[in-house]
This record gives sequence, C-alpha cells and structure tokens, in this order.
Amino acid sequence: MTPVQYARCLGGIVTREALRWTQQRGRFFSALVRPLVWLAIFAAGFHFVLGVSIIPPYDTYIPYEVYIAPGLLAMIQLFNGMQSSLSMVYDREMGSMKTLLISPFPRWFLLTAKLLASVVVSVVQAYIFLGIAWFWEIDPPPLGYLTVLPALILSGLMLGALGLVLSSFIRQLENFAGVMNFVIFPMFFASSALYPLWRVKESSLTLYWICQVNPFTHATELIRFALYGQAEPLSAGVVAGATLLFMILAVWGYDPGRGLLARRGGGE
Amino acid sequence: MTAASAVALDVEGLSHAFGPRAVLRDVGFTLTPGDFTVLLGLNGAGKTTLFALVTRLYHSRDGRIAVFGHDLRQQPSAALAAMGVVFQQPTLDLDLTVQQNLAYHASLHGMAGSRARLRIGEELERVGLADRRHSRVRQLSGGQRRRVELARALVHDPALLLLDEPTVGLDIESRRFLIDHVRHLCRERGLAVLWATHLIDEADDTAKVIVLHHGQVLDQGPVPQVAERAGAGTLRAAFDRLTGGGR
Repeated sequence: MTPVQYARCLGGIVTREALRWTQQRGRFFSALVRPLVWLAIFAAGFHFVLGVSIIPPYDTYIPYEVYIAPGLLAMIQLFNGMQSSLSMVYDREMGSMKTLLISPFPRWFLLTAKLLASVVVSVVQAYIFLGIAWFWEIDPPPLGYLTVLPALILSGLMLGALGLVLSSFIRQLENFAGVMNFVIFPMFFASSALYPLWRVKESSLTLYWICQVNPFTHATELIRFALYGQAEPLSAGVVAGATLLFMILAVWGYDPGRGLLARRGGGE
Repeated sequence: MTAASAVALDVEGLSHAFGPRAVLRDVGFTLTPGDFTVLLGLNGAGKTTLFALVTRLYHSRDGRIAVFGHDLRQQPSAALAAMGVVFQQPTLDLDLTVQQNLAYHASLHGMAGSRARLRIGEELERVGLADRRHSRVRQLSGGQRRRVELARALVHDPALLLLDEPTVGLDIESRRFLIDHVRHLCRERGLAVLWATHLIDEADDTAKVIVLHHGQVLDQGPVPQVAERAGAGTLRAAFDRLTGGGR
C-alpha cells in the first residue's frame, strides 16, 4: 500500500462519517441543540447564582455564560466521541464494522482514521456552536477562533479515542446506557466545565482532586486557554498522554488475536 | 490480481476455541482459481467462525491460512487485498446511497476515485442495479441489497470470493440470480469461490463440497465423489449419512 492509497482510505472514512452525520438528521440537530440548551437555560438560570472571580485566562469579570462556553465545547466533543463509539457498537452488532476491519490496511491505521473522522465532525460542530454562541455575547478575541483549533483537535482526539476504547469493550448496544451514566455524566460534572475548581475546592477537597485528575477537566482548560490565545502546557500534556493511552487500549481491544473481539465468539 | 500461488485459499490444520468450547478442529482444505466450493454445514457447524478466521476478524490459535501464497499472519495486507467477502449479516449502511456505500468500500482498498467509479458502474451493471446507483439502500428490497453486497465485494477485483450464507432470507428468484451470477463469475473470471450454506441444493453436481460438522471436515471433493464415498446416490443422502442425520 502506498501513501496515496493510505490517503484515499482516510478520505473515504472521513467522508462516510460526515455523510452519516449530515444524513442522520436527528443526530445532526441534537448535536447542535444540546449545548445551546445548556447555554440558554442552564447558564441563564445560574447567571446570578454563581459569581466568577477573575481567574486566568480571563482578565476581567465575566458572565457565567462566558465561563461555561469552553466546557460546552468540550461537551460537544465528549458527546461526539460517545456517539461515534455508539455507532461503532451498532456497526459491530449490525455487521458493517466487518467491512472496515477486513480492509487490507493495518488495523491501527483504520482505527486512527475512524478517530480522525470523528474529530473532523466534532470540530465542525464546535465551530457551529461558537458561531451561534457569539449572539450570547461569547466573543473571544478574533485570533482565539484560530488558536482554539489545535486544542479542539487534541481534545477531540482524546475523547474520540476514549469512545473507541469503550466501543471495543462494550458487548452489546444495551450496555451503552450504563456508559452514559458511568462515563459521560461523571466526567462532565466532576470537571471544571460548569464551575471553577477553586469553588469546588472550597466545598470538597476530595472532589477537587477528582476533578484535577479527570482528563475532561484538562480538555476543558486546554480549550478555555486556547480560546483566549493562551497555552496551558499541563493540560496539553495530560490530554496528549490520555489520548495515547486510550489509543493503545483501543488497538489492543480491536486486535484480532488478543482483544475482546476474539474472546467474544463471533456470530455463530 | 497477481497470483503468487496457484492455490487461491489454503487452510491447514485450523483449530479454534472460544474458552473451553472447541468450534473448529483440524480443518484443512484448498481452493484453486475457478473453483466453486460449497462449505456445507448445519447452523452451528463452525462456518461463521471459519469465515471470521479467514477474513482475519480474529486470529486462529492453531493452523495456517494463506491466500494466493500470502500467509494471513505474516502478510495480512496482501491476503486481504485479494479477497472479496459477503458476510451473513447485512453490512450496508442503510442511510447512504448505493454509490456511497460502494465508494466507501473502494476507498478501504485504496482505489482512486475515477477507477472506483468505473468499477462500481461495471459491477452494478452486472447485477442489474445500475439504475439504482443513487438510491438509498433503505429503499431497496432484501434481494437487491444482497446484490449490492455482491457488487461491493467485487469492486476491487478480488480473485477469491467468500460468501457466508448469502441466500438466507431471500426469495427463490433472488437466490437463483445470486447462485447463477457467482457461478458465471467462476467460469468467466476464474474466480475462486467459497460459498457457505446449510442448504444442500445450493451444491449441484458440478460443484466441490466441504462437509463441515461440529467443527470438523467430514469429507470434501467434487459432489459426485463425496456422494459415492458415502455410498449414497445424492449429496443429501451422503450428508445425512456423514452427519448421522444431522445429530
């Protein structure tokens, strides 16, 4: 296989993911509406309850809507990663996963391509959200729209890779509800997405440390700083490390000799 | 497709187990180009596991599989590039069009867009669905979907075609079409075909047959020879004798 053929394969996988996203209208709209509901209802409700003091990267007092916007961007990517994982479990149950896995390209490449495809979709969703959020006066510096891109790609990779790991370990579609309860909600709520960590620390030191080790916190902070043109090296390191770890686990999970696929026992 | 070996598919001493449960025991057979070979076995005989191993969905614990001389463990890329597969379960994306499904498959084989479009057109023409190219798969009947899957398996021009229970759930006409089309491909293109089924009448006297029962090959060869060795007049009678009436 030549590099050109690798590129064609990647292009095909990304195109399929994009087509599925746009042609499944329910998924398309819910992905856009979900963060807006949080912004319009949740943030409006908490606007006067939670005061946000001046903390980096902000250099002034900010409304609560502005504070949670990066968390909602990370949430879009979290849901997208889980959605893509869900569709992989569905694909496997329905059989279409086999079409991907019998391709002559190496399996690590196919999984990485699948991951990149899901990241492309999540980054597009994130920018659509940023466009709409502008009307809520969430207006980071113009350059921030550019500097947030690498952060969105990196956090999208991490959350997409997490989705891949989960999809390789979930036996059936029915078990997916458990994942929502045990992965998505704890990750989202025990993070800096909805409230600054200094506030969490005031109420519970244990929760504060849970938030600190939660990679979702670092995805959120990476996006938050990048959106205001600043770098957050610790978060970037944690997100990159977690991406690598999740990817290794996913390749293991889908390995024909070792992973769960082999132990599961086919459709006989 | 360049054939590095005259043997299209070589399976030797293949065994597999899920935990303590042995599913395949010392399975061995070869397929040569132009062969239409029916893998005959009841449900649970191990056909789908055999397909999963040959298509590298998982590795075999014991034994060796080679496609045109390419060992599946050592050279998986060359081996997989030479095979087209129709799985038992439908694997098309219902929300995408026929063209989009086939183009996706072509990209998974690294094919260029122009060549892919040409080959997709040719294969859809063969199965009589060229005019449904832009229809969503959801709008097609079961028989038409199966034909699309066959066209898809052939888009990258494989020299070995594997079909796992391809006629399950199809009406008589669709079933006939599929068998005739695949047999025609064997004669015309010299395609090697492994056709797994539990329907005995899908193996006529010109086919080769592998009788798989409880994970073991009980006999194999041209249908008349297998029948004769079992001391039976027909393949059905031979199958019953070999398997003890399917027990």
